[in-house]
Amino acid sequence: MIASRRKFIKISALGLGGILASTSALNIFGKNSYLNEKVVKNISKNFKKTATYCEVCFWKCAAWAYTNEKNEIKKIIGNDDDTHCNGRLCPRGTGGVGMYHDEDRLKTPLIRTTINGEETYREASWDEALDLIASKFKTIKETHGAEAIALLKHGSPGSHLEHLFKAFGSDTIAEPAYAQCRGPRETGFGLTFGSWVGSPEPTDIRDTKCLVLIGSHIGENMHNSQVQEMSDAIDNGATIITVDPRFSTAASKSTHWLPIKPATDIALLLSWMHVLIEEELYNKKYVEKYAMGFDELKAHVKQFTPEWAYGITTIKPAEIRKAARAMANAAPATIIHPGRHVTWYGDDTQRSRAIAILNGLLGSWGNRGGFYFKEKIKVPTYPHPAYPEPKWGWHNLGEQYPFAEMGITSEIIKATIPSDDQKHPIKAWVVAGTNLINTLPEREKTIEAINAVDFMVVIDTMPMEITGYADVVLPECTYLERYDGIRSATNRTPSIAVRTPAVKPKYDSKPAWWISKEIGQRLGLEAYFNYNDFEEVIEWQLNKLGTSLDEMKKIGVKNFERTSGPLFLEEDQEYEFATPSGKIEFYSQQLANQGFDPIPVYTHHPEPSQGFYRLNYGRSPMHTFSRTINNPNLSPLKDENTLWVNPKVARILDLKKNQEVWLKNQDNILSTFSIKVRVTERVRWDSVYMYHGFGHNNEKLTRAFGKGISDTELISKVVVDPIMGGTGLRGNFVSILTENPHKNTEI
Amino acid sequence: MRYAMVIDTLKCVGCSDCVVACQTENDVPIGYCRDWITETVDGTYPNILLELKSERCNHCANAPCVRCCPTGASHIVEGGIVLVTAEECIGCGACIESCPYDARYQHPDGYVDKCTFCHHRLQKGQLPACVSVCPTKCMYFGDLDNPNSEVSLLLKNRKHKTLAPEAGTDPHVFYLI
Repeated sequence: MIASRRKFIKISALGLGGILASTSALNIFGKNSYLNEKVVKNISKNFKKTATYCEVCFWKCAAWAYTNEKNEIKKIIGNDDDTHCNGRLCPRGTGGVGMYHDEDRLKTPLIRTTINGEETYREASWDEALDLIASKFKTIKETHGAEAIALLKHGSPGSHLEHLFKAFGSDTIAEPAYAQCRGPRETGFGLTFGSWVGSPEPTDIRDTKCLVLIGSHIGENMHNSQVQEMSDAIDNGATIITVDPRFSTAASKSTHWLPIKPATDIALLLSWMHVLIEEELYNKKYVEKYAMGFDELKAHVKQFTPEWAYGITTIKPAEIRKAARAMANAAPATIIHPGRHVTWYGDDTQRSRAIAILNGLLGSWGNRGGFYFKEKIKVPTYPHPAYPEPKWGWHNLGEQYPFAEMGITSEIIKATIPSDDQKHPIKAWVVAGTNLINTLPEREKTIEAINAVDFMVVIDTMPMEITGYADVVLPECTYLERYDGIRSATNRTPSIAVRTPAVKPKYDSKPAWWISKEIGQRLGLEAYFNYNDFEEVIEWQLNKLGTSLDEMKKIGVKNFERTSGPLFLEEDQEYEFATPSGKIEFYSQQLANQGFDPIPVYTHHPEPSQGFYRLNYGRSPMHTFSRTINNPNLSPLKDENTLWVNPKVARILDLKKNQEVWLKNQDNILSTFSIKVRVTERVRWDSVYMYHGFGHNNEKLTRAFGKGISDTELISKVVVDPIMGGTGLRGNFVSILTENPHKNTEI
Repeated sequence: MRYAMVIDTLKCVGCSDCVVACQTENDVPIGYCRDWITETVDGTYPNILLELKSERCNHCANAPCVRCCPTGASHIVEGGIVLVTAEECIGCGACIESCPYDARYQHPDGYVDKCTFCHHRLQKGQLPACVSVCPTKCMYFGDLDNPNSEVSLLLKNRKHKTLAPEAGTDPHVFYLI
C-alpha cells in the first residue's frame, strides 16, 4: 500500500517530504522508452475530428471534438483559425467532454405527477411530453393570449425556442444575461458612443499600452481571447491598472493595484476625469472633433478632486493621480475595460457611462490599443412567414425603465406573481438553458412566481435546481451531439463557425431545434419550421454566404475580409457616432430628458453594520457559473467554494483555516450549507468573497450537491437600476456563524 | 537533446487548463492528475504578492525516483525524460515517497504514473498537451542543449528559479519570476 496517494488537486504551497540526498550513479538514457499500454493504445487510435463551437460559456470558441473508433469523445481542441481561441481552449472548453460524459445528465422526458399524494416525476415519451406542452400552450393562448407564456433562456437552445415563441405570438422573452449581468454597460456605452459593447468586447488588448480593469477579473473569468491578449499585453510591457477591493489574479499581474473600498468606484472615475481635465492630459483634438458636452463635464468634475475621492474610496490622492497620468501617457492606446458582470449597486449604467466617458476623454474608442470597430457577418434568415405581432411583450413589462433594451427577467417574475394592478399577467414559463434558481437574486420571489404559474417547462442537459420545479422536463442533448445555429462573431475580422454533431445524442436526449420544431408542428406552425433537419437550415445559410456545410465541416471556421472599413479611425477622419448628436456624448440629453443625471454622479451606498461583511462573489477560472460544477472533468479542480476572510476578521471571530461556517444575511436568510474558511490577505476586512455557482441543493447533481454555499441564495436585497432595470446584487451583507443554524431543523 | 519546460509565473493565471488537457490527452483517471496548480500568497493587505504556477514531474537529471526503483521501471530516456514502464512497476511506492515534488501517484490499475512531457506527442513533433493548450501561453518547451532555442534564450535573459533546489535533483522545469 502506498502512503502518498495524491488526489486532485493541490492548491497550496509546496511542502517537502523526506528527501534522499545521496547521489548514486544514474542509468541515464539506459533504456528505450516504452509507455504504458493504455497510452500506447491511446496514441495509436485513429481520431476523427468534428467541427464544433463550445457551449460551456458564451465565448463560443470554435473547436474540434476528437472521437475514437468506438465513437467516444476523447478530447476537444481549439480551432487554430478561430479568433476567439486561436487554437487554445480554456479549461472549461477542454473539459467540455465532461458535459457529454456526465452520468447525472437528464436522460428522458419527465412529467410531474402525483402518486399516493406525493408529487414526483414519471418518465414519459417525447410524444406524450410534447403533446402535453402543445395542449397547454393552446389552452393558455385561448384564455390569456400567447403573450402570457414567457421564455426565460440562455445560449444556443434559447435561440431555437425564441423562434418558436415569436412564431407562436409571444415575445415575452428575457435572459439573466441582460438585467443580471451586462445590461448596464451596454446601455451606458450605447448612450455615450451610440454602440453596445457586445460580445466579445471590441477591446484591442493585444496592442494596448494601458489596460484598466474596474472590478473586472480577467484570468479568473476565462473570456478566452481576452485572457490570451492580456498575456500578450504583459509580454509587451503594458501598464495594467486594477481597481478591486480584492487582490484578484489580474491585480497580481498589475503595475498598479488600487484596493478600493467597495461601492465607491464612481468617485474614483470622477476624480480621474478631474485629473485628466485639470492637468490637461485628455486628448484635446479627439474630444474637440468627436465629443460633445465637454464644457458641462469640465464644470461637473471640477469639484471631484483626488482629495475628495480619497475620503470615499480610501485610495490615496497621489495614487489616483499616478494612475490617471499613466492612462494619459499611454492614450489613446488605453482601455478602461467596460467589464461584463456589472450589475452591482443599482447605479451601474451611470458607472458604465463614467467608464465610457473616460475612454472618450482619452480618445480610446476607435484607436489602436483602445477599442476597435468590430465587424460581423449577417447570417441570412432561413425563409419563414412573418412573425405575428404580439399585443404586448417584454417592452411593456419593462416600460418603467426607459432605456431597457432587452427583456428584464425580474419584471417577468413580477408579472407572474398575481397582484391587483396586473396589466400583463404571465401564466406559463419555458426555461431553456438557464438555472434561474442560481442565477436570479431574491430566490423567494422566483419561487413564488414559479408557484403561481399554471404550467412550466424546463429544457436543460442537467438536472439543475430549476428542473425540480417544472411540470415537464425535457432533456436536451449537449452541444457535442447536435447541429446548432451558425456562430457569427463580432471581432477584428468577421468569421463564422459551425457546430456539427460529433456523436449521436446519448440517452433519450434531443436538440433544442428539434424540440422547438416538434412543439411548433403541434401548434400548427409548420410553415415556420420548413425543414426536416436543422442541417438543411445551416446548409442553406452557408450557401448564401458563399460556402457549404461540406467545406465548413472540414475547416470549422471561416474568416472573411472586412468590408466596413478600417479597424480604427484614420487621421482626422470624419465619423458620425450613432448617438442623437452624432458625437460621443459626455453630456446625455437623452438621460436628462428622462429625468436622469446627464453626467454621472457619485451616490453613497449602504455599508455593512457591525458584525456584517459585504458579500462579494466572482468567477473561478475552471467553472461557468453553476452549470459546470458537476462536470466530472472540472469538478475535481474545484468542487466547493471557500469563504475568503481577511486575517484580521479571522482573528476577531476566532476563525481557523478550513473551519466550517454558515452565513446569515441582513434579511436573516441562512445559507443552506456550510462553507470552509479561507484566511487570506487577498481580501479586505470589510467584505468576504466566494466563487459563484456552488452550493447546489439538487441531490441529483451527485458531485455538486451540498458543496459550498450559493452566493445567490444570500442575495435577497436588490437595488434596481432606474435607467434600464438591472438588478444591483452587491449590497448584501452577511454575518458568519460558527454553529450549525440548521442543527434542529430538517432541510 | 535535453528537454526542458519553462513556465512564466508572471503570466500564469492558474486556470488549470493544463491539468484538464493532460487528463484528456493521457487518459488520466478522473480524480488523479499528472500536473496541478499551486498558489502562494505573501505579504499583508494591501502589499501582497501572489504566485500561481503549474507544477508536474521535474524530469530531474539526478532523479531520486529512478535511483530508488527496485525494478528499473522508473528510468530516463533520451532527452532526459523520466518515464515509468507500467509493466515493470510493482507498485511498491518507493518512488512516490522519494519524489520531493510529490509528482507521482499510483494509478488505479496498480502502477505508478506521472508526467511524461507527453513523450508520445514529442515523437510526432507536437508540444506537450499542457503547453499547446495554455491560454496565456505562459508555458514553453524545448531543447536546452540548443543555445538558441526559446527555452535557452528565456533562461538566459530572464530571472528564474527551480523548485526545491536544495534537494539536488537538477530539475528541468524552470519558472520565470
